Amino acid sequence: MRYLPHTDTDRKAMLDAIGVASIDDLFTDVPEAARLDGLIDLPTRQTELQVERTLSAMASRNIAASHAPFFVGAGAYKHHVPATVDHLIQRSEFLTAYTPYQPEISQGTLQTLFEFQTQVALLTGMDVANASMYDGSTACAEAVMMAARVTRRNKAVMAGSVHPHYVEASRTLAKYSDVEITVTDAAPADLDAVIAEIDDTTSCVVIQTPDIFGRLHDLREVSRIAHEKGALVIAVFTEAVSLGLVEAPGHMGADIAVGEGQSIGVGLNFGGPYVGLFACKDDRRFIRQMPGRLAGETVDADGRRGFVLTLSTREQHIRRDKATSNICTNSGLCALAWTIHMTLLGEKGLTTLARLNHETACELADALSGVPGVEIVNETFFNEFTLLLSRPAADVVDDLAKVGVLGGVPASRLYPGRFENYLIVAATETNTPEDIAVFAKALAGVL
Amino acid sequence: MGMNTQGRPTRMAATIAADNMATGGYADTISGSRGLDQAEPLIFERGGLDRCGVDLPEPKGSATRLGGLERKAEIGLPGLAEPETMRHYVRLSRKNYAIDLGLYPLGSCTMKHNPRLNEKMARLPGFADVHPLQPVATVQGAYQLMGELAHWLMTLTNMPAVAMSPKAGAHGEFCGMMAIRAKLDADGETGRRRVLVPESAHGTNPATAVQCGFTVDEIPADKTGRVDMEAFKAKLGDDVAGIMLTNPNTCGLFERDIREIADLIHEAGGYFYCDGANFNAIVGRVRPGDLGVDAMHINLHKTFSTPHGGGGPGSGPTVLSEALAPHAPVPYVVQTEKGGWDLVENMDDAEGDPFGRMAAFHGQMGMFTRALTYMMSHGSDGLRQVAEDAVLNANYIQARLKHVMTTAYDGTCMHEALFDDRFLKDTGVTTLDFAKAMIDEGYHPMTMYFPLVVHGAMLIEPTETESMSGLDRFIEVLEALALAAKAGDKDRFLAAPVHAPTTRLDETRAARQPVLRWTPPVETVEAAE
Repeated sequence: MRYLPHTDTDRKAMLDAIGVASIDDLFTDVPEAARLDGLIDLPTRQTELQVERTLSAMASRNIAASHAPFFVGAGAYKHHVPATVDHLIQRSEFLTAYTPYQPEISQGTLQTLFEFQTQVALLTGMDVANASMYDGSTACAEAVMMAARVTRRNKAVMAGSVHPHYVEASRTLAKYSDVEITVTDAAPADLDAVIAEIDDTTSCVVIQTPDIFGRLHDLREVSRIAHEKGALVIAVFTEAVSLGLVEAPGHMGADIAVGEGQSIGVGLNFGGPYVGLFACKDDRRFIRQMPGRLAGETVDADGRRGFVLTLSTREQHIRRDKATSNICTNSGLCALAWTIHMTLLGEKGLTTLARLNHETACELADALSGVPGVEIVNETFFNEFTLLLSRPAADVVDDLAKVGVLGGVPASRLYPGRFENYLIVAATETNTPEDIAVFAKALAGVL
Repeated sequence: MGMNTQGRPTRMAATIAADNMATGGYADTISGSRGLDQAEPLIFERGGLDRCGVDLPEPKGSATRLGGLERKAEIGLPGLAEPETMRHYVRLSRKNYAIDLGLYPLGSCTMKHNPRLNEKMARLPGFADVHPLQPVATVQGAYQLMGELAHWLMTLTNMPAVAMSPKAGAHGEFCGMMAIRAKLDADGETGRRRVLVPESAHGTNPATAVQCGFTVDEIPADKTGRVDMEAFKAKLGDDVAGIMLTNPNTCGLFERDIREIADLIHEAGGYFYCDGANFNAIVGRVRPGDLGVDAMHINLHKTFSTPHGGGGPGSGPTVLSEALAPHAPVPYVVQTEKGGWDLVENMDDAEGDPFGRMAAFHGQMGMFTRALTYMMSHGSDGLRQVAEDAVLNANYIQARLKHVMTTAYDGTCMHEALFDDRFLKDTGVTTLDFAKAMIDEGYHPMTMYFPLVVHGAMLIEPTETESMSGLDRFIEVLEALALAAKAGDKDRFLAAPVHAPTTRLDETRAARQPVLRWTPPVETVEAAE
C-alpha cells in the first residue's frame, strides 16, 4: 500500500523490539468475539489510476455550474475564485497543519485567522468576529443560543424570510434547551410581523437581508424597537458579497451578524465545506459568550508581536459541560481561502464585484420580466430575486434542466407545500449576457 | 538580546501602518526577520483601500434596486496586488508546522499523510462545482458518491444507517445524542436524562450531552486507565439515558469490558454512544456494531486522511443502530427503484421520525470525496493494515521510550502511547517545557495535559504513515531530551523554543487583555482628521 511505509522486515523488527510475536498480540484487549479474522466485504486496494477513473466517471454524471447557464442560489453562490486562492490554500504548511495548539510554530494559521477576524468585523460593521464556524446555518443557530445566554431570556423571534434551512438548524440546536423559537409567516414577512412579536421576554430577533426571496431590509426601525425592549438583533446574510454594496448590519443596529462566507474564496462544493461568519459588538457580555475559536494578539518572550488562540475558558476542552458550545473545530482552511480572496479584492475590488453582481441581476430581471407568464416579485434585491410563474416552479426547473439550463431554486423546495409557483433566481458576475438570453428564451419555452 | 532576535516592538506596528495609510505604500520588511524566517506585517499594515489584486470589468453604473440601502461609509478593507498577496501568504505559511514537514504526533488528533490524489479528486468540477440545490437529475453522480461513502462507512462499522450531514466530529456527537434523545422521547422515556461520561472523555462529550438536554455524570477511571466497572454499575438506573464512551479511549487503551458495558447500558434501558475519534486504531479489524454501539461519529480527517487545514473543516458522519436509525436527521440520499438516487429533504417526506436538520444542505461533500478516494485507494486489505500499523507504531514508541520516560499505564496501547511527567520529577522541567524543547529539535510536540486524568500527560500518536527509520529518529530525540532534563540541563527547556519563528508566546496576556482584531492606529485617525 503506497501510503504505508513499512516493509514486512520493518514490521518484524518492530514487533521484536516491542517483545511480542505477532500483531495479533497487540489486539488482545479486544474481546475475542469482536475480533475479525478475515477482510471486511469491500473492494480491495486500487491503484491511483483506477481510483481516478472511477471517481471521474462519477463526477461526469453531474452537470457542473460552469458547464451550463447557471442561476441557482438560495444560500450558495457561484462566483469566480482567483487561481491564487486555491494555490495558496494547497500550500502544504496551510493544508496539512492541525489546530494551532503550539502557537510558536503555527503563526501562519494564527495570523491569518487574526486577519480573517478583522476582515469579517469590518465587512459586517461589527467590532469583533470569531475564527469561523462550520457554515452560515450553524452560525445562525449558535447566535440564537448566545443571545439567550446574554439576555437570560428564552424567546427568539425569527423572520419567516430567513433561509428555512437556517431556521431548521436553529430549531434543532435549540430543541432541548429553554430557548423557544417563534417564526413569523414568510409571506408577506415584512418586519412588522417580527416587530409585533417583540416583548419583554424576547432574547433576540433574527432577520436575514437580503432574505431568502432576495429582498433587502432596513434594520434600523426593528433594531430601535428591539433594543427598547432589551432584545438583541441578529442579522443574517447568505451572500457575503452583498456587503460590498449594501449597508452593513452593524451600521443598522444589529448586535450580532452571522452569515455564510462561501461566496468569497470557497467554491460550491455541493453544500460544504463552507465557512460561517460570526461577528458581534464589542460588549464584554458578548465576547465571553461567543461560540467557537478566537485568535488574539500577544507578545513572545522577546517582546515581538505574535498570535495565539485565546479566551479558551469559554470552550469545551476547559469548561466541558458548562461550555458556550460543544464546537471543537472550525473552518480554518475555508477561512484562509476567504481571507486570501478578500485580500486580493480589497475594498476597491469588493465594491466593484458587488456592483457587477447587482447590475447582472438587474439585467436578468429586465430580461425575464419580458417573458410571458413571469412576474418579478421583488422591489429590492442584490443579486437574487423571486419570480412568480404561471406554473409550478419545480416542474419549470426540471424542464429547464432538460434543455441544459440550471434555472434557480423552486421556493417550494425550501417551503414544502407552499409558494408552488415561486422561483428564486440568482445572478453573479459569472453570468454573461448570452447566459441571460439563453435563460430567458428557455424559460419562455417551458412556460 | 542580540540584533537578530530583537524583533520589532509591537508599538511600531502603529507607526508603520500610519505610514502606509498616509502614503498608500506598504511597509518594507521589518526588523525581526531571521534569515529566511521573514517577519510579516498584517495586511492592514501593508495594503491600501485603492489596491486590488483582481481584474474586474468596470461596472456600468446603471440604476440600482437597493431600496436606498446602499452602503454609505468606507468598509476599511485593504487590498494587495496579486504578487504581494502571494508573498504575504507564502511567507506566513512558512511559519507553520505541518504533517508534510514532519512527524505531528498529536495524540487523539491523528495527523497522518494527506495524499494529493484526494485533493485532485475533490477538485473535479463534477464534485467541486455543483450546487446543493441543483435539480436532483443533474447531480446523480454526487448523490452516488454520498451513497458509496455511506456504504463503506456502514460496512466498516457493521451499522445499518449513517447520517452524513454532521459537519465535524462534535457535530456528529450532537447528531448521535439527538437521535438517542429522540428515541427516548418517542418511547415515552422522559425520565431518562442522565448521561454517563468517563472522566477521560473529550470535552466535547459533556458539552454535547448538555446541548441535548441531558445532565452529565462522570465515571472515574480504574488503575488500568479504563472505565471503573464497579463505579459504572453503581451509576446505572432508570434515569440513565446512555453512556458516551471513547473506544479506543483517550488514554490510548482499548476498553476490555466494552461488551459488558454495552450489555449493561442496554439492560438498564439506555443507549451506547461511542466517540469514534480513534476509529483508525481498529478500522478493518473491529466493527463497532459488533461491540454493541448505538451511535458513533467518524472524524473523516482522522481515519480517512482529509486534511485538517489548520483547524478545519472537519466532517463527522454518524452511524446509527436499528433503534436510532428512524430518527436520523434530514436530508439524506436514497436509492430509487430504477437505480438512481434521490434526496429526502423534508421531515414530512422522511419514512421515520427525524430529529430535525443539522445544517443547511447535505454535509461536507469536499470531505466525502477525499475520504472515499482514500478508502478506495486502501481497500479493505489496506484499511486493515492501517489499524495494524497505527497500533504497531504506537507500541514501538512506548516500548522504546519507557526506560527513560514514564508510561501512565502498563500493557499494550492502541494507536497512541500515553506518558506522564513522573520522569521529570525534581528536574524543574514541566510537560510544557518538554514540549517546547521538542520544537527546537524540529518536531511538533505531542498532545499535552490530556487526558486530564493523568498528571502532566503526554499523548503521542505517530499514526500509520510514519516509517520505522523516522520513528527511530524521533525516539532518539525524545530519549536525549529526557536524559538532558534528568541531567539538570534545565535552561535548555525553559528557554525553548529558540529556533521557532517566535519565542514562547504569552498566552496569559492574550486572555487578560484580549486583542481580537487589528484596529487603525491612533496616529492614523488623527492624521485623517
